[in-house]
Amino acid sequence: MTDAAGRPRMGLWRRIRHHGGELALTAPSFLWMTFFFVVPTAIVFMLTFRPTAVDGGIGTGWTLETWKTISNPNYPSIVWRTIWLSVVATALSIGIALPCAFAMARTSAKWRSVLVGLVILPFWTSFLIRVFAWKNLLHPQAALARALHTDLGAAGFLALQDVMLFALLFGAGCLSVFLLNSWRMSSTARGKAACAALLAATVAGALWCAKLWIAFASARIGAGVCSIVPPGAPLLYNSLAILVVMVYTYLPFAILPLYAAAEKFDFALLEAALDLGARPVRAFVNVFVPGVKAGIYSAVLMVLIPALGSYVIPDMVGGPDAEMIGSKIYQRAIPDRNLPHASALSALLMLGVLVPPGIAWLVFRRRHIGATETDVVRSLGSSSNMGNSGGRRRREGGAS
Amino acid sequence: MDDFLVFKGVTKRFGAMTAVDDVTFNVKRGEFFSLLGPSGCGKTTLLRMLAGFERPDAGRIFLDGKDVTAMPPDKRRVNTVFQNYALFPHLTLWDNIAFGLRLQRRPKDEIEERVRRMLRLIQMEGQEWKKPTQISGGQKQRVAIARALVLEPQVLLLDEPLAALDLKLRQHMQIELDRIHDQVGITFLYVTHDQGEAMSLSDRIAVMNRGKVEQIDKPAALYEAPRSSFVAAFIGDTNFFEGTVTKLVDENYCRVSVEDFGEIVCFNDKHIKAGAKVYLSVRPEKMHLTHEKPADLHGGKVNVYECTVDQKIYQGAYTRFWVWRGASKDDCWELSVMQVHNRYLLDQQEIGWDEKVWLSWHADDGFMLESYAEQDEAMLPHPTEEASDAGAAPAPAPAPAGAADAEAAK
Ligand SMILES: Nc1ncnc2c1ncn2[C@@H]1O[C@H](COP(=O)(O)OP(=O)(O)OP(=O)(O)O)[C@@H](O)[C@H]1O
Ligand SMILES: [Mg+2]
Repeated sequence: MTDAAGRPRMGLWRRIRHHGGELALTAPSFLWMTFFFVVPTAIVFMLTFRPTAVDGGIGTGWTLETWKTISNPNYPSIVWRTIWLSVVATALSIGIALPCAFAMARTSAKWRSVLVGLVILPFWTSFLIRVFAWKNLLHPQAALARALHTDLGAAGFLALQDVMLFALLFGAGCLSVFLLNSWRMSSTARGKAACAALLAATVAGALWCAKLWIAFASARIGAGVCSIVPPGAPLLYNSLAILVVMVYTYLPFAILPLYAAAEKFDFALLEAALDLGARPVRAFVNVFVPGVKAGIYSAVLMVLIPALGSYVIPDMVGGPDAEMIGSKIYQRAIPDRNLPHASALSALLMLGVLVPPGIAWLVFRRRHIGATETDVVRSLGSSSNMGNSGGRRRREGGAS
Repeated sequence: MDDFLVFKGVTKRFGAMTAVDDVTFNVKRGEFFSLLGPSGCGKTTLLRMLAGFERPDAGRIFLDGKDVTAMPPDKRRVNTVFQNYALFPHLTLWDNIAFGLRLQRRPKDEIEERVRRMLRLIQMEGQEWKKPTQISGGQKQRVAIARALVLEPQVLLLDEPLAALDLKLRQHMQIELDRIHDQVGITFLYVTHDQGEAMSLSDRIAVMNRGKVEQIDKPAALYEAPRSSFVAAFIGDTNFFEGTVTKLVDENYCRVSVEDFGEIVCFNDKHIKAGAKVYLSVRPEKMHLTHEKPADLHGGKVNVYECTVDQKIYQGAYTRFWVWRGASKDDCWELSVMQVHNRYLLDQQEIGWDEKVWLSWHADDGFMLESYAEQDEAMLPHPTEEASDAGAAPAPAPAPAGAADAEAAK
């Protein structure tokens, strides 16, 4: 018996014997993941089909009641806010972390350890205390808020929203240029498709930012005051406050994996890029950024996943108008004692996290297969040419 | 034409140490020019200054009449083949080669055309969709060359491009490099510490030592007419003699008296006056050993001395001898002689250990050095101590000797 590749097929027992060592080594983590990750996840999904008991527990029998009541009109906006806040926080964290990691990897060994120490220093203080500190900083009576609310007259036209928006648009512009450029620099169908998809997302994000800005600007014109932040618009208890605190909190989680990747990066490649005519910024985005791709992936996971599930930050600086799904899950599970409902929200969040990457993976895997096939055909075609026209063989023939 | 690429008094310091010290030379258009020197002599630093990665502390660099000393690397029409190749791992070979052209925003079909031409030149057609991790060292090497050449630079810089390859591949790549240079006609500035590589590839070679250029010449001139003891010892093996000019024989020859050795007739193209102290270099393969004193002395132009064989090592194409001449074995001149075999087994009477033999060489094969430094003797191979004590079986290839051996050689 042979499998598709022509290797003899092994019986199960032989295969277990063959991989015995690996199995023994991975068994503990496999069991751990099964009992403390897969089983609880299954339980969460199961609970969504259970009725609620009047005393706050879980009733017997099966029902779809929870899934019907979950179509609360508040939820779509909360889910949407959760997603955009998390995605923007992730993008900002990585945008800030990339140059940091680059600079850290380029300094001398002595400074490097100092800088890594500084990055992880905040962890020595309790997370709650640090969020409380932000509450004080952003409080309406704090110096920051008063300064930002001062009427600046004509100078106030460069208000915070504008600056932020221009920064965001500038970032989106840079990203688009980078993506367009990567699209030009890559010749595989897979690479081009990935660039095109990310480019579409970037443009959509930029358009949405522009829409927000129009709303801000008209509100400011309506109020007739030109301060950096419009009067009556608090710094605390809104989405912006959540964003600031999230970026602050998750930045180390972006810096550390990127720094680990940057440390392994071969900086001679940057010199090679300069040598081939790239300006320094171009060399950074076209050679350094793809070179730490693995670090970017893990930074995305390290920031996006906790950001999507965060509930302490929206609870403390978000307020009732800027809730995230994490805080809703907390409300359903603890004060309301409605476990099926909380489970359903968790399941929704999990699906929301897993489905888009799953689709992307399926799409790109297919594209990739397509690309390899054409590559094979192409290479076959040209290598068969080579046999006839290669200068070497003819020269040898002529010599003998 | 003669001053296509000019280094003029270029100096580079790293802290207290001077990596490149007042270097001046010209490279012709289309030339294959090599920088040869031991490790740490500043070859890479010199190359990096031309590529634009380092700024000289003093001096100027001119390329095709333009001063490029302060030009950033991306503005220079100079491309480098790095020692470790530095191919972009995230791009296919095709995209690696097209990188520079795409940065220049060339039209698509021009890029396609030029990349394809390069692939043909490096004989890697059909592999352009591989990633750099999927090809061998020699292939990476060729792709690195293609990536730099496709931009048609004014000068192609190659920093020890073959150092990481094994011997067979290195020889093969030398031929490839030679072929590519012939085909594209671009100026090559080639860095190596391998003298054989430099000799076989280059039109001209600059030998560097401690940041300074010692001599610039064609390979043959460098080998046959070294100007300093460093060049003589770094390129091949040699024997040094220290002596005083006693008498001018005629227009072109003089006699040099060497203490404890005898008088040496030597070619005197520099017209040194009698009484001057001089240093001679005689290559081992120019010397001959015979049982009988040679009969024909070419009218006194052949030097003949009686010596004793200290050691011999049979090496196939030739036999390497160490012979000594002087009062005793502990206070003598020890010379290295390379004897090529002709009809070795038939009628050549074999020369054995501790035999008395006649050493001879023609006056034209001795060469007067312009400068001499005693530490350069350390670069010469010396007989191993154990072998000479035991006086037994042929020793393995002689190891480079320390200062003690250099002393013993005098
Ligand atoms: N960035 C630097 N900082 C300090 N010293 C340096 C630096 N680069 C080179 N040097 C020193 O300058 C000298 C010349 O170095 P260089 O790299 O030019 O040598 P090289 O001739 O290329 O040697 P090799 O054949 O080993 O590559 C060395 O002594 C080296 O230690
Ligand atoms: Mg070097």
